[in-house]
Amino acid sequence: MKFTWSWLNDHLETDADMNTILDALPMLGLEVEDVVDQSERLKPFTIAKITAASKHPNADSLQVCTVDTGHGEIEVVCGAPNARAGLVGVFAPVGAYVPGIDLTLTEAEIRGVTSNGMMCSEREMMLSDEHDGIIELDDDAPLGAGFAAYAGLDDPMIEIAITPNRADCLGVRGIARDLAAAGLGTLKPLKDVEVKSEGESPIKWKIDLDDTHQHLAPLVAGRCFSGVSNGASPKWMRQRLEAVGQRPISALVDITNYIMLDLGRPLHAYDADKINGGELIIRLAKDGEEFAALNEKTYTLDETMLTIGDADGADDLAGVMGGERTGVSDETTTMFLEIAIFDPISVATTGRKLNLNSDARYRFERGLDVTSPDSMMDYVSAMVLEICGGKASAVHRVGEGADWQREIAFRPSRTAELTAVEIDTAEQAKTLEILGFTVKQNSPDDWTVAPPPWRGDIVGAADLVEEITRIHGFDAIPEVALPRLAVVSAPAVDAAQKRLHTVRRLLASRGMMEAVTFSFLDAKTAERFGGGDETLTLVNPISADLDTMRPTILPNLLTALMRNTARGESDAAIFEVGPIFPADGPDDQRTSATGLRHGMTADREWTGTARAIDWADARGDAMVVLAALGVNTASLQTVAEAPHWYHPGQSGALCQGRNVLAHFGAIHPAVLTEFDLKGPAAGFEIILENVNLPKAKGPARPLAALSPYQQVSRDFAFMLKRDVTAEKLLRAIKGAGKPLVSDAVVFDVYQGKGIADDEKSVAVGVTLSPTKATLTEDEIEKTSQAIIDAVAKHCGGILRG
Amino acid sequence: MLPDLDQLKATYLSQIAEADGLDGLDAIRVDALGKKGNISTAMKNLGQLDGDARREAGQALNALKNEIASAIEAKKDELARAALDARLAAEQVDVTLTPRPEAEGRIHPLSRTLEEVTAIFAEMGFTVAEGPDIESDFYNFTALNIPPEHPARQEHDTFYLPPDMEGKRKVLRTHTSPVQIRTMEKIEPPIRIIAPGRTYRSDHDATHSPMFHQCEGLVIGKDIHMGHLKGCLIDFCRAFFGVDDLPVRFRPSYFPFTEPSAEVDIGCSREGGGLKIGAGDDWLEILGSGMVNPKVLENCGIDPNEYQGFAFGMGLERIAMLKYGIPDLRPFYDSDLRWMRHYGFMPFDPPSIHLGLGA
Repeated sequence: MKFTWSWLNDHLETDADMNTILDALPMLGLEVEDVVDQSERLKPFTIAKITAASKHPNADSLQVCTVDTGHGEIEVVCGAPNARAGLVGVFAPVGAYVPGIDLTLTEAEIRGVTSNGMMCSEREMMLSDEHDGIIELDDDAPLGAGFAAYAGLDDPMIEIAITPNRADCLGVRGIARDLAAAGLGTLKPLKDVEVKSEGESPIKWKIDLDDTHQHLAPLVAGRCFSGVSNGASPKWMRQRLEAVGQRPISALVDITNYIMLDLGRPLHAYDADKINGGELIIRLAKDGEEFAALNEKTYTLDETMLTIGDADGADDLAGVMGGERTGVSDETTTMFLEIAIFDPISVATTGRKLNLNSDARYRFERGLDVTSPDSMMDYVSAMVLEICGGKASAVHRVGEGADWQREIAFRPSRTAELTAVEIDTAEQAKTLEILGFTVKQNSPDDWTVAPPPWRGDIVGAADLVEEITRIHGFDAIPEVALPRLAVVSAPAVDAAQKRLHTVRRLLASRGMMEAVTFSFLDAKTAERFGGGDETLTLVNPISADLDTMRPTILPNLLTALMRNTARGESDAAIFEVGPIFPADGPDDQRTSATGLRHGMTADREWTGTARAIDWADARGDAMVVLAALGVNTASLQTVAEAPHWYHPGQSGALCQGRNVLAHFGAIHPAVLTEFDLKGPAAGFEIILENVNLPKAKGPARPLAALSPYQQVSRDFAFMLKRDVTAEKLLRAIKGAGKPLVSDAVVFDVYQGKGIADDEKSVAVGVTLSPTKATLTEDEIEKTSQAIIDAVAKHCGGILRG
Repeated sequence: MLPDLDQLKATYLSQIAEADGLDGLDAIRVDALGKKGNISTAMKNLGQLDGDARREAGQALNALKNEIASAIEAKKDELARAALDARLAAEQVDVTLTPRPEAEGRIHPLSRTLEEVTAIFAEMGFTVAEGPDIESDFYNFTALNIPPEHPARQEHDTFYLPPDMEGKRKVLRTHTSPVQIRTMEKIEPPIRIIAPGRTYRSDHDATHSPMFHQCEGLVIGKDIHMGHLKGCLIDFCRAFFGVDDLPVRFRPSYFPFTEPSAEVDIGCSREGGGLKIGAGDDWLEILGSGMVNPKVLENCGIDPNEYQGFAFGMGLERIAMLKYGIPDLRPFYDSDLRWMRHYGFMPFDPPSIHLGLGA
């Protein structure tokens, strides 16, 4: 909402200066977004007249002008084609800063002739891009006077943001009312005018709506003005409209725009002579009916949209935009003025469906003063008659009006209950009354408050408290610390939430960078990674790249690697802990911890420890995370099954029975190619919801059983079929060696030359940890034999000689 | 016949002195003191002498033997020292070479910020609540007193998903406020929660991302008033930014789900071109807040005549950018390793009340 300082002062009688008002506005809830004050910048520019102009003796394109500045005559060299004797324009003296050429003028000799200032174009003054010639003012413009004041450019423009509830502040008067309530002046009464009407209106309203749609147009009023002359609007009006960014068009159009900005009341002016049939019919559009709007676009309507039209069809979308056919033009001599109330939801729906925005729609959908068709008709009429002449008909009015009157039971003590600010009841009542409310004090703490017709947003006691406190000032609200619930605060997160932090820190400590990537990606990639269901595809995506909820985080990390590789960093380890969307229900969302490593473990370096990433890195990451989450990783089963974006021979799942906790593996070479990655890459995906929280056992640990007896290591090498997994082998060894075997690790795997094609040699180091007595050779021998037997039995393995 | 001991001594001592290695030295030892060495042989031959001569010669030989043995030992030590010195000299490395590389991971500034926010509100007795990113129209709007066609709804730039089987329209939540509703439906007052999470709006430019993060807050009790709102949020802002005297301003505003509503600004200064959080001549908007609208309480089955409270919401990216001087929004989601190394956080220094919040 834009207005100017002088415009505000039309409504507000105040001693306060502009800065005081600017400071006050945001504290009333009217956020100041911009202030443009050109008066300081334009101060040096004055009105001057070229009294004589002659060709420059040394330059064909220049003239030497004698300029009457109002304080004497001086010589100015000027290159403008329109410079001529008699022209009244804008003069910048020596010392003036001319912004358009970024120059402070000095007395300058131009090709041998001294120039004592310059005559300016609009572009040189940064008023517009106009640079065809110097500014030409009316001949009677006062010489020597400041240009800014003459042109109305000394009136600072103020722009404020209006929250959706404050439709009343979409007019300057509403803003003035708030300021008055805050004690920054008094609201001037609107000029009380009475318009003499002559005769019936030749144009009549006809509401053609069935009972279920009557509410769409609760009140319409109109009046015909004959003999009007639709020339330019007065200079003061044009200047104000221009100052707030509205282009002046013609007196009638300017008046409707001016009233909309002044009183927040959109109007529509029809050329009565273009209305066929003497009736303006308010009805729902026919499905497919076309409408050519004032913005020179044609819209196709449907049967939910409220239109106004005549015998020739609809030519106005109620509350949204008028039509081309029946609008006023410079030739209009009979004008029919519409001041109507339409249903805000209907206006909003129509505008949204057609993607048609207008200042009128903006105000209608936020709610107008529902009594305005009656209360503002004469005020607007008087302005039309004053500016355009002519005579006014009687008002034709149809409808019972919107049901707006309501009473709110209010206890003034509620204000302190809700805000902790003690405001005396007299001030509370006064604030409400200045804002237009009616306050009936049934008893000291039992009021009945009726909001004014322009405050459709006020529905309950909390709204009244807000009005009273807002006007009193939020600064008065005391700062009260929240009462402490406990001397020592309890944790804010539960065990499941805490895990997210644990996983993040753990993975970061393993050299991985935490990424945060979008929850959506393109449909094709989503499908490639097991998603892409249409229930998870956005109806209105911001781009096709971001239209489907992600089924897994992995493709986003692959994309991130691709981008980093393109920047020359191909070795990377990144992870994200975030949501994935297997389905669209409120309980379907899952939290995934996903990591991806690519390239080498480190940059090439002199110790030569850097090596290529492989599937085992991913398995390691996954196992460490699961262990940190309290999973007994020794009891996990590893299954060589993983989604198809992994290498089929180098990937797997970590499971507890049927519950899959994680997938891991080398990324499928085809996927790497699709993401422009040279590889190798390995990743893991853990679904945290699948990882059961460890049973709460209290903080005390079981007693540590630290054996005093020395542990013993024995190495074994077995010949096995290749398809016998390490997990199976170790399980057999640990099972057979109970309870002495405390650990068993594979330390070598050999397959190839010297061994049958379907066989491999696996070397295992076994640790025996006695707890009762030092091991004897006999015990060691017995355990070793049990291990060898078990491997033979369960794995078909033979001890290598 | 005894050898000339003086000559023997001179010969051996000079040989020992000249020995250039342990092997040579050992050969000298064998030649002199070995079983068949010259001195050992001479000792064996002592029996051929008699009386005093044998005693004298014996003493002399013993002295010679000891002298040579200790000369050999001394030389041995000297050679060992030299050998070690030589080895150490040979083992010299260029200590300016870089050590074996270890990848350094970082925590994303958003995770860090969230932990800081959580730590502060934990101190004020809040717990963390959650809700889904894919929300129903009801939780995202209607229950929050934003009816269909309300102008505030249009300002949300909502992403829509296809309607479900029952024809109910789903949205990507445009704010974390639906978690207020879910919480109030689930638990009885008194309530003190924060609800951080991802939020979505169809807006994409230099200062808007289609996905961003908010943290919601909700406090409901019998006598929670706007003074508590003010105290709580001032306490938060000062702790988060680490500025004890940070000016905090509350401005009337509008949210359909709160009444009265307030925007919260913090003081800042732009003197010298840089932005500094603290007392200054300018303000930065960082929070929306207000007293929970009675209609919202009713929508959740809470009697507004018995309970009241406040709610607030803030953008985590925004407060992270302000606190840590991160100039642009978009790189938050770009996973640029250089950005992550620069703006990310060490995993070993989590924010906490007792160790500090990184301010």
